[in-house]
Amino acid sequence: MATSDNRRIRLEKVLKEHNYQESALLEILHSAQEIYGYLDRNLLMDIAGSLNLPPSHVYGVTTFYSFFKMRKPGEHIVTACLGTACYVKGVEQIIAAIEKEFNLKRGGSTADGKLSLLFTRCIGACAMAPAIIIDDQVIGKATKEIVISKIKNTLGGIKDETV
Amino acid sequence: MLKAFEDAVKEFGVENICKVARTGCIGTCSVGPAVLVDPGDYLYQCVTLENAREIVQKHIVLGEPVKRILYNNEGYFQKQQRLVLRNAGKIDPTRIQDYISVGGYFALAKCLATMTPQGVVDEITNSGLRGRGGAGFPVGQKWSLVARAHNTPKYIVANLDEGDPGVFANRTLAEADPHAIIEGMLIAGYAIGAQKGYIYIRSEYPLAIQTLQKAIAQAKDMNLLGDNILETQHKFDLELRFGAGAFVAGEETAILVSVEGRRAQPRPRPPYPANQGLWTKPTLIQNVESLANAPLIVLNGWAWFKSFGLPNCTGTKCFSLTGEINNPGLIEVPMGITLREIVYDIGGGISNGKKFKSVLVGGPSGGCLPEPLLEAPIDYDSLKKVGAIMGSGGIVVLNENSCMVDTARYFTDFCIEESCGKCTPCRAGLARVKEIFDRITTGEGELNDIDILEKASEYISNASLCGLGQTAPNPILTTLRYFREEYLEHIVDKKCRAGVCFKNEKAEE
Repeated sequence: MATSDNRRIRLEKVLKEHNYQESALLEILHSAQEIYGYLDRNLLMDIAGSLNLPPSHVYGVTTFYSFFKMRKPGEHIVTACLGTACYVKGVEQIIAAIEKEFNLKRGGSTADGKLSLLFTRCIGACAMAPAIIIDDQVIGKATKEIVISKIKNTLGGIKDETV
Repeated sequence: MLKAFEDAVKEFGVENICKVARTGCIGTCSVGPAVLVDPGDYLYQCVTLENAREIVQKHIVLGEPVKRILYNNEGYFQKQQRLVLRNAGKIDPTRIQDYISVGGYFALAKCLATMTPQGVVDEITNSGLRGRGGAGFPVGQKWSLVARAHNTPKYIVANLDEGDPGVFANRTLAEADPHAIIEGMLIAGYAIGAQKGYIYIRSEYPLAIQTLQKAIAQAKDMNLLGDNILETQHKFDLELRFGAGAFVAGEETAILVSVEGRRAQPRPRPPYPANQGLWTKPTLIQNVESLANAPLIVLNGWAWFKSFGLPNCTGTKCFSLTGEINNPGLIEVPMGITLREIVYDIGGGISNGKKFKSVLVGGPSGGCLPEPLLEAPIDYDSLKKVGAIMGSGGIVVLNENSCMVDTARYFTDFCIEESCGKCTPCRAGLARVKEIFDRITTGEGELNDIDILEKASEYISNASLCGLGQTAPNPILTTLRYFREEYLEHIVDKKCRAGVCFKNEKAEE
């Protein structure tokens, strides 16, 4: 990662805003993930150095919180909500259908790196269960047919605003 | 949608009598998008872009509500008592003026102008308000502990790490009425002598984060946060801290280390956070729902607050009502209401004509209650007696399609994933329990397994360090207590009456 990288400049700004304080580590990791998309080892080493913290500490914090991604995610991300209401309403069947249709495993990406299937514990949209998020769009009362067609549209570059 | 209404209002030339405003969640999530017309509280459901024109034309211009799309569920609001959610759906959460116009920040002014800090603590103590985060510790007592602590500075941490799956009450509160939380923190700050507060919010709630950020900026502009608040000596500053997907971070000692930017692992108590919290300074940790009650109590007096709910459990509680039910949504009910009233009168009964099976109260560490216990009143002590907990207020209704063994397995799974790994009973104990569930649900269970489950549950709940481990076995114990015959069927007959277990691959519906 070149330090002349524009992204590194943005990260430096974030670090500065937080006064290089140890207590802002979570906020800094959030921003870093937003800037870079994910947090790889080099980036974590870099952050540890900037905050004057042992790399083990930064690594420990990053791996503790499930929100932080340490591997490069696919171009498009489908996130399935595994909250209680979604589970009761059959989100498992939708997940299985996505796995089968796009030939990927939960938590992983397709071979071409176009699509990842991830999970969240609950997005609080329980009254609309089951909920599936495609990139930033939340699909409530999802069915496998709707979800698969939306994913296909997304992969095909068709913008689809209807829910 | 907003634009559709604005256009329609313009088209009919009624701009002077009709204002189109955005608002926080009204709570009827299942029939969204929802539109409320005041005066008269006319609520429209499942509004479409085409309806917008019709509503403006018929209702606003001609004064005839469009009955066809009116929300037709009287029971949903009738049995509710909206205190904390008083402004949800009524004001624009992005405008501090709206909050002030309905009496917002008056309670803060009353505190600063006419009350001593001790007077505020007494008011809260007398109201009988108990912590809404789940444990039900008396709020006044907590405040007075922190107020009496000698060390300074003191801190407040507002807990908005609503990690329970199936719960969204705090999210709705933050999105619909963020200033109620801020005012509650300001009042608490004055009462206990703290000048710095943090709201710890989970990152899964982007809209709530945005709304709060805006609200904090507005409060700063109006000199309600910062130095010399309302031209008094009182100072208070507020920052947001983001969670990152760790359920255990909602535990009170874990939230502290997480605010400090470390791994959210709980530590033993004592020392209690009231004496040694953030950076070892006295800290008040309070759920945002408890804090949002504070302005109401200060403004209306403790005696008024006591008129709601039960004598030993005053006020109201927000519940997220979800699952196989006709009217899921966010509700606020007086303490002491029965589960039956919630499920049938407010919730409208079980959806798709299915049969009721169980109701889960209190999130992943709550209990699964059977039909006869629907008569149980909702309050901290009654729920504990039947094996559930108030928790953060999740109510999930299950129908006959759910298998209780599988449900218990699901929650065990959740707790394993979210266990911080620090203490053995929780980390290793739950993993062993999971193995037993895997055996039972694949047809390899033995009768002996039930005894082991019971014993292990007892050990885990007695020996774990924090609330996560202590309550993790609740779903197991309650399903064993109320639905034991389903376990026996799985073990002896190798049969799952709901058709969920014993499959290598999940059924294709």
